Amino acid sequence: MAENSCELFDSGHRACGGCGAALVSRLLLKATGKDVIIVSATGCMEVFSTPYPETAWKVPWIHSLFENNSAVASGIEAALKKQGRKEKVVAIGGDGSTFDIGMLCLSGAFERGHDFTYICYDNEAYMNTGIQRSGATPYDASTTTSPAGKCSKGNNRPKKDLPQILAAHGAPYVATASIAYPSDVVKKIEKALNTPGPCYVQIHAPCCTGWGFEGEKTLAIGKLAIETGLWVNFEMENGVVTRVKKVVRKPVESYLKEQKRFRHLFKPKINAEEIAKIQAIADKNAEKYGTDLKLKSKSGPVVP
Amino acid sequence: MALGIGCSSRPGKAGNNKTGSWRVFKPIFDHDKCTKCGMCKTICPEGCIEESEDDFFIPDETYCKGCGICAEECPSDAITMEQEEK
Repeated sequence: MAENSCELFDSGHRACGGCGAALVSRLLLKATGKDVIIVSATGCMEVFSTPYPETAWKVPWIHSLFENNSAVASGIEAALKKQGRKEKVVAIGGDGSTFDIGMLCLSGAFERGHDFTYICYDNEAYMNTGIQRSGATPYDASTTTSPAGKCSKGNNRPKKDLPQILAAHGAPYVATASIAYPSDVVKKIEKALNTPGPCYVQIHAPCCTGWGFEGEKTLAIGKLAIETGLWVNFEMENGVVTRVKKVVRKPVESYLKEQKRFRHLFKPKINAEEIAKIQAIADKNAEKYGTDLKLKSKSGPVVP
Repeated sequence: MALGIGCSSRPGKAGNNKTGSWRVFKPIFDHDKCTKCGMCKTICPEGCIEESEDDFFIPDETYCKGCGICAEECPSDAITMEQEEK
């Protein structure tokens, strides 16, 4: 286990107050310790942590483009292997870089089987450039390129299931986590680092600016996503789901009504039809991963 | 300012940027209610909450942006946010 008492991610970075991605970077460096090389794609995290010449990272860090993040990480990993060095290589990118633009290089690096860890901080849109939809944007979320209005109910496509795609590449370890559970994030990153081969951890990082909620609610919103079944925390080893975070599920409204990006589902009047579709997505998630916790009542019989 | 080889910047220079000036609300820590669990330090996105010698937690006001996550998540409600007069 890495020595994680010292702070390797400096204060003074330019993230919004209450930023989920900033917490991801801190937790990442808690898990890796100082013997690591970070490859960072373009995105919010790159922009807020490294306006030249002031970097928040106290470890070796290289910036790549949106699209070639995994290719740069592959090259570094191959060079370190040739030199017999033991540093870990971690590539980190947002959902835009991971799900859309960097998909080609990510798929290539996983297929070639490089020994590195890819972290995706998933804030469910291109936040850095002003909240455009990405492949990770959930169904019905309003963004600047999928605005809700008279003819549109927001993003009309469901979220891409990237963990399954990468597991299908034969990745030995694929996991999803949420910053609402910080020690779980650290544990999963450590496990990914210590698993040989390409590993992937997707971390749900609520974005107060892009999703439209107060900064102090960042972790509470993350928790609600899990409690409603719209985000599932699981671990997959060699393509098999081995661990799932179980919850007593709440209706999806409790998650949706907290965020401005779903406001059009409640105002001017409640759009029950669309909310039912989102509830169906949550039900499907719960069924697929078996997240529903069965509570035993005191008198004996099992109630859902 | 001093730069490294290839004009790379020195690690951890972000501290030059005093983000405390962004703050509107300031966290007030009540050490009587504090159970020293360290939740605030773990979840602070700024990483600006330090542990003092007597194991209590103190925010660094030079960098605290006043987001209020610590106050929201504190299990014993020992942190309150107060509007700051500057």
